[in-house]
Amino acid sequence: MNSIIKPFLHLSGLEPLVLRPETNFVNVGERTNVTGSKKFARLIQEEKYDEALSVARQQVESGAQILDVNMDDAMLDGVYAMTTFINLVQAEPDIAKIPIMLDSSKFEIIEAGLKCIQGKCVVNSISMKEGEAKFIEQAKICRMYGAAVIVMAFDEIGQADSKDRKVAICHRAYKILTEKVGFKPEDIIFDPNIFAVATGLEEHNNYGVDFIEATKEIKQLMPLTKVSGGVSNLSFSFRGNEHVREAMHSVFLYHAIQAGMDMGIVNAGQLAVYDEIEPSLKKLCEDVILNINNDHNEATEALIQFAETVKAKGKVQIKDESWRLESVEKRLTHSLVNGITEYIEQDTEEARLKFDKPIEVIEGPLMDGMNVVGDLFGSGKMFLPQVVKSARVMKRSVAYLQPFIEAGKVEETSAGKVLLATVKGDVHDIGKNIVGVVLACNGYEIIDLGVMVPANKILDEAVRLEVDVIGLSGLITPSLDEMVHIAHEMKRRNLNFPLLIGGATTSRMHTAVKIAENYNHGVIHVLDASRAVSVVSDLLNENKPAFLSKISTEYAQLKEDFLNRKIIKNYLSIGKARENKLKIEDSIEIHKPNFIGNKTILNYDLSEIAQYIDWTPFFITWEMHGKFPAILQDEIVGKEATKLYNDANTLLQKIVDEKWLQANAVFGIYEVEKKSDDEITVYADKHLVDITDSRGARGVSNITLNFLRQQIHKAEGQPNLSLADFIPTSRGISGMSNHLGAFVVTIKGIEEHINVFEEQHDDYNKIMLQALADRLAEAFTELLHQKVRKEYWGYAKDENISMEDLIKEKYQGIRPAPGYPACPDHTEKYKLFQLLNATEEIGVELTENLAMYPASSVCGWYFAHPESKYFGVGKIERDQLEDYANRKGMTLDEATRWLRPALD
Amino acid sequence: MSKIVDILKQRILIIDGAMGTMIQRHKLSEEDYRGERFKNWHCDVKGNNDLLSITQPDIITNIHLQYLQAGANIIETNTFSAQRISMADYGMEDLSYELNVASAKCARKAVELFQNSITDDQNLDQTSNIENRESVFVAGAIGPTNRTLSLSPDVNNPGFRAVTFDQVMEAYYEQVKGLIDGGVDIILIETIFDTLNAKAAIFAVKKYFEDYSIDLPIMISGTITDASGRTLSGQTLEAFYYSIEHCNPISVGFNCALGATQMRPHIEELSALASCAVSAYPNAGLPNAFGEYDEQPHETGHIIADWAKEGFVNIVGGCCGTTPDHIKCIAEEVKNIKPRVLPTLQKD
Repeated sequence: MNSIIKPFLHLSGLEPLVLRPETNFVNVGERTNVTGSKKFARLIQEEKYDEALSVARQQVESGAQILDVNMDDAMLDGVYAMTTFINLVQAEPDIAKIPIMLDSSKFEIIEAGLKCIQGKCVVNSISMKEGEAKFIEQAKICRMYGAAVIVMAFDEIGQADSKDRKVAICHRAYKILTEKVGFKPEDIIFDPNIFAVATGLEEHNNYGVDFIEATKEIKQLMPLTKVSGGVSNLSFSFRGNEHVREAMHSVFLYHAIQAGMDMGIVNAGQLAVYDEIEPSLKKLCEDVILNINNDHNEATEALIQFAETVKAKGKVQIKDESWRLESVEKRLTHSLVNGITEYIEQDTEEARLKFDKPIEVIEGPLMDGMNVVGDLFGSGKMFLPQVVKSARVMKRSVAYLQPFIEAGKVEETSAGKVLLATVKGDVHDIGKNIVGVVLACNGYEIIDLGVMVPANKILDEAVRLEVDVIGLSGLITPSLDEMVHIAHEMKRRNLNFPLLIGGATTSRMHTAVKIAENYNHGVIHVLDASRAVSVVSDLLNENKPAFLSKISTEYAQLKEDFLNRKIIKNYLSIGKARENKLKIEDSIEIHKPNFIGNKTILNYDLSEIAQYIDWTPFFITWEMHGKFPAILQDEIVGKEATKLYNDANTLLQKIVDEKWLQANAVFGIYEVEKKSDDEITVYADKHLVDITDSRGARGVSNITLNFLRQQIHKAEGQPNLSLADFIPTSRGISGMSNHLGAFVVTIKGIEEHINVFEEQHDDYNKIMLQALADRLAEAFTELLHQKVRKEYWGYAKDENISMEDLIKEKYQGIRPAPGYPACPDHTEKYKLFQLLNATEEIGVELTENLAMYPASSVCGWYFAHPESKYFGVGKIERDQLEDYANRKGMTLDEATRWLRPALD
Repeated sequence: MSKIVDILKQRILIIDGAMGTMIQRHKLSEEDYRGERFKNWHCDVKGNNDLLSITQPDIITNIHLQYLQAGANIIETNTFSAQRISMADYGMEDLSYELNVASAKCARKAVELFQNSITDDQNLDQTSNIENRESVFVAGAIGPTNRTLSLSPDVNNPGFRAVTFDQVMEAYYEQVKGLIDGGVDIILIETIFDTLNAKAAIFAVKKYFEDYSIDLPIMISGTITDASGRTLSGQTLEAFYYSIEHCNPISVGFNCALGATQMRPHIEELSALASCAVSAYPNAGLPNAFGEYDEQPHETGHIIADWAKEGFVNIVGGCCGTTPDHIKCIAEEVKNIKPRVLPTLQKD
């Protein structure tokens, strides 16, 4: 898709202005010109820049699309005046939104303006009057600032008056600019000079026509360029008669625009509508401008005569002032939101009279207005410069109220001192400054320590100056830690200033969770400047305890919510997770099992099993934490541990000697095949038939084991595991099939002995017996696993590791149990029990919740591959849940119930 | 100049991710920042990341290298604040030039290490392999400084400016000289929140080019700071673009402040306006309550790939919170996506 960009003139203030064909005529506001407006000249002269700004604002409100600014006055320091005024304009978004036209005959004044404007301006003007070299030099500078230029039809000889000279000079300038300076044609605007007509001198009579004709020709010759002109020159001889002047301008523009004039410097808001000019005046103007019936000044005379008959009637500025009819509260809000200072004092006075105390004006309508500003800013409907302006209006109003507040001071409480600082390591202070201003507006004394202020300095100063509140600000991430540090320091130093937290990266959550806990005399997150006042005010009046307690309750809740939050991690789709499965080395051949099928072991020798006991968990059962056997020597619990150990061994000996318990096990080894990524088919029947005893075939057919797979997004190179990954996909090199084992181990016979202990109220031995039974079950499992590795399967027949390493699982293969992290679905136990016929073989039953009874039982699968290891499936996503339910033929509800821990 | 412009027509180029985030991982102490040379410096310098190009050049070079290995074609020098206005915070104004030279050299060294490390792809011919090896560029990063030319730091005095255009321009001029002396291929004016600062930078660059009769490609990257869709200094996106268009950048775009999701509408808008290439290197999402960036590499990659598929971009990468993993994901995601086609400029 290839789009087309058209060569239009682009200009910008805070907002863009594109001169498209349909843009028609662009009004350039002219009143901010010391040469054209006496009022503006006086305001600048007297440095009344606020009022000068209102002239600019009036131009914009009246529809000026570009603002012409001219400071050419012999009595003025033009560079200073231009810099000062333009900088002020930049702080007024409603003015700065339109592009600026820097108007001066002195290039240094133009350049001073260029240095203050972020948007793309128009330079008005440069010309060849001082020769080509100067022209090129100035044009190059304009380009470096990215400005469009107005080129005046002026050369070494002088200003062009005739049509031909106008066109010739413009064309010459065009070639230089486009060929030597690199200007784009659309960035060139010509001013072919509008001169005064109807001056009485016959040679001036054709000036209007010359301009219009030249415009036509320039636009034909150089179609991308623009034509502009200072329209008010035209009617210079009718000074003081605005009615006639407006009509002349309107008529002139009507014709010039038709000829191709793109923009003009006009008194925006003082242009008659062409169609509404009275016909007689319109005709007279047309004759004068188009130089008709005027060979001997006839038309001129006629217009002069007409002019004398009409009274100069000025026009009322049309501006939306309807908001002035609203209540004083609404007017104050309007002024704050729109940054209008014009009526603020009169409205403040009205409000002051309305309220009981002057301070109530601040606390009431002004703060309400600032809250509106805060909300608009927060929602992106206002932007920073406007907020800053609002703060200024606020300050103006407060300044007005100040003397009244002072006068009634006896009964007023003193507002209080607020210390502000941007924390160490951070240099951002715009927000802090705004907070400072807004608070100052409300009569608080602000001590601003600036930026990068170390904790000690902040706290030392706070103590020295006896401030009431400390406010910290920061924009960058590490500032958050610094704020935590400062809170911590405040606590350490036993300070009790309330602490305000603000700045872009700060949040209520962070404040509540990380900062508040470090300090208990009030930590409050202040969302933005407009909220600062109400917070500080609550902290300094009698509400303080209630306010702090409310905040602390709020933050405690936030903190609790945070701590209970779900940690958001990233999960892969099950498809993606499967793609990232563990690809095990297929070439590794696992020893073909020496035995295939099921085997039941009853009444195994307990004394042998006892040697496999891992005693550490035994002590944990008794809430004694420490590694065995070191725990026996432990300084604190060693003595008790030893005693316990001795008692345990006494009981164990009794169990063994008196055969209190029976150790039974059933296990099987089967040929298996990978059915899919997460499924393994166990070929049970063909082997089971062989080993099934005389009780006959049990009709066990092939069983598919279903496994779950990790879905969490893993680090590069880390697989998303499923137990199924530990079974090779294909047969080994020699075509050998793959295998998997299963087992159930139990320690039976505990009940009657428990009953005896219970009858004797001997809880100690009761618990001891249970604990030992559990240990024996685990020990038997360990022993059996070793026997399987070394004998029955025999893949590790040379294994020779210590008891310690056995406990540390330093052998090949694993024995995960259904319902445990690697295969969290308990319902797979059904299959395991079915394969092993465990209930019948060794008397272990599954409860409805799939717990095993007797309780001291262990079951699991045997995986032999060297890469197999324990892991947790962790949280699974809904797609896997659905897939899994489908695979297992469960309803979704059922699957959800069994997999709940993996779903939350 | 033509080389990168030509490559931009063929594919989406990748610009690197955050330097600060990577530096943070090293958990450097005040002493580490100071190194031997500044061990007796009169004030704390921890946090002056640009200084690390002098005191810990290996760390900086290595971060660059990681980004190159992740697939970045353009790496940014560690010079975000390396001009005398920002350096005044540390009393290091006079180190400005040296910081730029040193930083550019760290980046150049990383490029050299990278080029020496990669082996030819057997499936490509010799010319393509040379092209692949050589399509990496060092962009001299010019940050916004810590002063604004369009905003007054004193709300009571809106006409006040803490710094002048000429001061900013001269500081940038010195920076540009250092960057170019250090060997950068591109000048990148970035994280522009006040367009007038950027205009001062453009002025400095153009002046330097004129003074030394050279010409390097310029990249421009602004920052839209909030929900208003404007720069901090209040300009709309379109107004911003028209304000910097005059430097004839090879690319214009946005970085920082927003995550890829929030940046999308702005990139889309810019894509319709810009006559040059469009770049985007967003943050890794918006910071969480703790100022940390949570967006995962593949997420950033997906979102950016979506824009790329729409044909909005020519250069993509990451800003705050992004890492070589993010850049890798972005690079992989956009690898086979065609770059935005540059608009035709109508001449009449």
